[in-house]
Amino acid sequence: MANATLTPRRSQLTKGKLPNWAMWAVLAGALILGAAVAALVGFSIISWAIFSAVFFIIAGTAVTGVAEGGRKARNRLALFLIYGAFIVALLPLLSVIWTVLERGVPGLSYNFLFTSMNGVTGAIDNESVAEGTPVLGGAYHAIVGTLQITLWATLISVPIGLLAAVYLVEYSTGGSLARAITFFVDVMTGIPSIVAGLFAAALFGQLFGPGTRTGFVAAVALSVLMIPVVVRSTEEMLKIVPNELREAAYALGVRKWRTITKVVVPTAISGIASGVTLAIARVIGETAPILVTAGFASSINWNVFGDWMSTLPTFIYYQILTPTSPTATDPSTQRAWAAALVLIIMVMLLNLVARLIARLFAPKTSR
Amino acid sequence: MSKRIDVKDLNVYYSKFLAVEDVNINIEARSVTAFIGPSGCGKSTFLRTLNRMHEVIPGARVEGEVLLDGDNLYDSAVDPVTVRSQIGMVFQRPNPFPTMSIRDNVLAGVKLNNRRISKSDADALVEKSLRGANLWNEVKDRLARPGSGLSGGQQQRLCIARAIAVSPEVILMDEPCSALDPISTLAIEDLINDLKSEYTVVIVTHNMQQAARVSEKTAFFNIAGTGKPGKLIEYGNTTDIFNVPSEKATEDYVSGRFG
Ligand SMILES: Nc1ncnc2c1ncn2[C@@H]1O[C@H](COP(=O)(O)OP(=O)(O)OP(=O)(O)O)[C@@H](O)[C@H]1O
Ligand SMILES: [Mg+2]
Repeated sequence: MANATLTPRRSQLTKGKLPNWAMWAVLAGALILGAAVAALVGFSIISWAIFSAVFFIIAGTAVTGVAEGGRKARNRLALFLIYGAFIVALLPLLSVIWTVLERGVPGLSYNFLFTSMNGVTGAIDNESVAEGTPVLGGAYHAIVGTLQITLWATLISVPIGLLAAVYLVEYSTGGSLARAITFFVDVMTGIPSIVAGLFAAALFGQLFGPGTRTGFVAAVALSVLMIPVVVRSTEEMLKIVPNELREAAYALGVRKWRTITKVVVPTAISGIASGVTLAIARVIGETAPILVTAGFASSINWNVFGDWMSTLPTFIYYQILTPTSPTATDPSTQRAWAAALVLIIMVMLLNLVARLIARLFAPKTSR
Repeated sequence: MSKRIDVKDLNVYYSKFLAVEDVNINIEARSVTAFIGPSGCGKSTFLRTLNRMHEVIPGARVEGEVLLDGDNLYDSAVDPVTVRSQIGMVFQRPNPFPTMSIRDNVLAGVKLNNRRISKSDADALVEKSLRGANLWNEVKDRLARPGSGLSGGQQQRLCIARAIAVSPEVILMDEPCSALDPISTLAIEDLINDLKSEYTVVIVTHNMQQAARVSEKTAFFNIAGTGKPGKLIEYGNTTDIFNVPSEKATEDYVSGRFG
């Protein structure tokens, strides 16, 4: 072992293992080779990335196989594929967020957030394009409508969904009622949203005369879509509350309904909250059921029980499909993207609130 | 406080399966009674019928009578909630409420029932119960911390504090030490010794020495074979059960010559 004194001693445990920089070297090689091959077929970032990735996976696996053996090579290949799948899954999301930010931010202003489209005509849009002045008109009415309709939909579906889930988990003994509820919840999960809209429109048409369109009808349509999600997620959360906690409460002489409201539901509340958020996020972007139930409005309407309303999705839909000025469509497009950005921000805020709720109520495990 | 329990001709079923057959036993007030016997002979099942906890299992039912100071628990007019507020229970695995602090865990029996209690009364009750469970000194500085942050043995004593905070007449314990180390076990055995001056205590245990150390009376349960019902074989003073048992099966079991 003469050379052991010359080079720093290498641990016996890392013998036959590639040094850490090996994969970086392979990556650099793959990037260069990828650029070369991409140039042959017509260079673009995408073709470069694809070729480099393919070369990297092949070369990385081959190098590992030669240096460290077959098992390590298979391990590395699996690792590459998993990371690859993760990146591929992330790309559309990032690209959506990027596009919406890029196109939405220019339209986002105080004016956009706090004025409606009331009185904004094609002539005004033409003028702002011709003279380069800021675009007038905004989505205030649509933001109000979205908040109102979603709030009412939540108010309707959370109690119903929660109680149904409590019944299924805590009270039913697997009888025919429980099986019927589970069956209908499953069926409801698959209802196309437009059908829910038609159902609500028809229901209110029967009750209050044909053509009854208000924010509340839309809220009912959305709750048809929300309830199954709330039931399903709450059910799952209640099921994982350990039985021992229920027994502990019973053994203290606590009644069943108090055990449920004070022990079972609080223990599961963070999961329930995120389930409800998911349900809201699921319906907040609905367009079709809103159109057939709440109609469309361009002025502010706070009253969900009277007159038509618009929401951000229907606002976007109309701005794109029937621009305010048929000749100068840019202001409308800009408003649509800004509204899309507002919608995404709303959903994100909602997630944040749900996390806060979860944090606040979550079982405390810190030592 | 503290009442006696008399059981007459009790059969316990899980749906159609007869799990425990024909038990007759008289449990004295202010004493410690141990239930011993091989696994699956129905000790837990029988213990849970003493405060109607078995009713939370679908299909479980009983025939016969359980008298608490002469009143039948299974009278049709009796509310199981009343029964359980008088007969508390400590489980094999410590189960403090994860959403509550140590203090709230002790007060759970009061708070979950929405009973009003002044801050000073609550403080006094928390201290008294935790002292009663030999836990006060360890947790007095962190009452606001979560109960699930305690060690297993501390959690079990917290559960005992929670059980005695509602001042029951009887405390049932189902293998309360089986998840604990010898030192925590000793702490709980000391505690059981203290408890018997005020409460009737019934304890299920697989540990013969523990039964011998803590109990005045011992009941030996046995089962003839799988699918057969468990039966009470012998019941008597602990010293007699361990030294001069009258049944052959008891002798085999306590001397370790079982099976
Ligand atoms: N929830 C249940 N449903 C149906 N049968 C049950 C249920 N719980 C227990 N049993 C049966 O009842 C019998 C007695 O069980 P039990 O839990 O009372 O035994 P044990 O003496 O406490 O045993 P161990 O010492 O292992 O705790 C067993 O045959 C068991 O399979
Ligand atoms: Mg048991």
